[in-house]
Amino acid sequence: MNRAKFFRLLISHAILIFMAIIIIYPLLWTIGASFNPGNSLISTTMIPQNPTLDHYRELFAGSESLQYVQWYLNSLKISLFTMIGAVICVSFTAYAFSRFRFKGRQNALTLFLLLQMIPQFSALIALFVLAQILGMMNSHWLLILLYIGGLIPLNTYLMKGYMDSIPMDLDESAKIDGASNTRIFLQIIMPLSKPMIAVVAMTGFTGPLGDFILASTILRSPEYYTLPIGLYNLVNDVMGASFTTFAAGAILISIPIAIIFLLLQKNFVSGLTAGGTKG
Amino acid sequence: MQARKIALLLSILPGLGQFYNKQWIKGLLFLGFGISFFVVFGDLLNMGFWGLATLGTEVPRDNSIFLLAEGLIAIIVTIFGLAFYYVNLRDAYKNGQRRDENRPMSSLKRDYQNLIAQGYPYLISGPSLFILIFAVIFPILFSFALAFTNYDLYHSPPANLADWVGFDTFAKIFTVDIWRSTFFSVLGWTVIWTLVASTLQVALGIFMAVLVNQKDLRFKKFYRIVLVLPWAVPGFVTILIFAGLFNDSFGAINNDILGMVGIDAIPWLTDENWTKLALILMQGWLGFPFIFLVTTGVLQSIPDDLYEAARIDGASIFAQFRNITMPMILIATAPVIITQYTFNFNNFNIIYLFNGGGPSVPGSTAGGTDILVSWIYKLTLQSSQYSLAAALTILLSVFVIAIALWQFRRTDAFKEGA
Repeated sequence: MNRAKFFRLLISHAILIFMAIIIIYPLLWTIGASFNPGNSLISTTMIPQNPTLDHYRELFAGSESLQYVQWYLNSLKISLFTMIGAVICVSFTAYAFSRFRFKGRQNALTLFLLLQMIPQFSALIALFVLAQILGMMNSHWLLILLYIGGLIPLNTYLMKGYMDSIPMDLDESAKIDGASNTRIFLQIIMPLSKPMIAVVAMTGFTGPLGDFILASTILRSPEYYTLPIGLYNLVNDVMGASFTTFAAGAILISIPIAIIFLLLQKNFVSGLTAGGTKG
Repeated sequence: MQARKIALLLSILPGLGQFYNKQWIKGLLFLGFGISFFVVFGDLLNMGFWGLATLGTEVPRDNSIFLLAEGLIAIIVTIFGLAFYYVNLRDAYKNGQRRDENRPMSSLKRDYQNLIAQGYPYLISGPSLFILIFAVIFPILFSFALAFTNYDLYHSPPANLADWVGFDTFAKIFTVDIWRSTFFSVLGWTVIWTLVASTLQVALGIFMAVLVNQKDLRFKKFYRIVLVLPWAVPGFVTILIFAGLFNDSFGAINNDILGMVGIDAIPWLTDENWTKLALILMQGWLGFPFIFLVTTGVLQSIPDDLYEAARIDGASIFAQFRNITMPMILIATAPVIITQYTFNFNNFNIIYLFNGGGPSVPGSTAGGTDILVSWIYKLTLQSSQYSLAAALTILLSVFVIAIALWQFRRTDAFKEGA
């Protein structure tokens, strides 16, 4: 092994190990905090001296201000319905744009392009004002509808780009065999678009899970909170005081999500670059 | 007079043109739709347009905000009505033309079959359009409309009325001293934040991908999984964890890490500049794995022949990197890189969850690290300055759209050139 190569690899490993420490430290620290006795951050050590499951128990105790299970269910419900709604709306619309040349198609595409650029929080003031006057505060269905609406423009574009890359011959031969439009869509286009559907489903599921701005505008009572709002309030009520409980709650949500992400990452990246470059 | 013109003229009242063309059923349908449109929406249209023009005249009978909302819905309904009206006029004209040319008229049955065949794309994209109109377009229009009113805490229903004030609020942003200075300092930080944080995460992601993808490096799998972790953990969780880590008095960074090296505690959350540094570092941590993933995919798809040919020509490793690897990465990931910039421009979560946009600045509605989005959020939810928030929203949207359009054109040129 020559010297230059040896040093190149040595430095590479050194940098990567340094990055690995920076990445893993906060995560391990959180895991440590969740097992630490007491509420304060001061006594927190990475490897707790008297590890305890108290904070996990507290999460499931269901006290008035800490309805962790309820928040978890709320988040799950909103994410799930947003995902289903977004996949249905986006794939049908993308199919229409990709395979049919109808009047208004160009205008609609331009409208989608424009809407995709205007950030959704532009609607924030309207939502705040109207939800308050119309008594739609705390409505999960309103929130789901807003999320789906926000996902449609960009994802329809990505999906349309992906469907455009599926050869038209397939549709035409099916049409000659007498298949209806809906059948072609369900049996030919949808199965072939799976990687892109995975992308839309994943953004649909994780989008609401990471959203703070819209959810905090509409959801006001603790029993309707989603996880981000609930955990944020938990940490911020008394800074540092309930951090250990927050850590426990954070771990219970992060682990399942991280596993899904790691399993689906290949799909996600290939779908995104394929649809994106063909736009 | 030609039949098509007569039919067109008569159709000013929906259905009459069709009657003239002796298409009785179709005429009745059009007439029926036309009448029911006005019966159902008449009140809404009447109230809506009156309300939109005046925003209410009497307290407490009128609620300006309701009237504005009704007015906007009236406009949307009117647009649909006009579309229907256009179909009616066109149908009468087309059939009149057929009469002029002595061709048989299209029958209702054929129209129906036509409608089913042509209508399929409308049918399947209809629900999406409906959701878009009510969940996205209507709220955005409503927000934009508020910018031209004086709606705030002192002009809010039911006790008071709001009024149209035109461009006053926009003018005030640039003329009232405190508003102007806040606006420009927030805008300045937003731009710096976007440029520095996004560039950091993109550069770090590409660098790491190139590093891990060296042919002779071992433990690739392990490094890949570790480097992707920050992407896999939900962002809001990590931001809140970092808020704890960076905490001035309890945080592990001050107590454990800096303490170990012997550096005094740094006021991460109370000094504006330190908070900014912490935010940028955090965004680098959070954002690079995605670029890393995408770049890794690109690197694996570059054919080995290219490098081999370069080696035969005597190109150094550095030259290979500059002339093969880098251009390939940039071309393939350009759209993804651009979204990083637009994402960070509106990255509300990291700013608000980390430190609430603080530390607070005396005499200003925006904190030291507030970007435009989080400032608008605070103006709306905390100080009820709706019209100011709405005007800022418009300015920001114009800014974002302008940049997005410019970038789209640039990347298109980029792609064609390559």
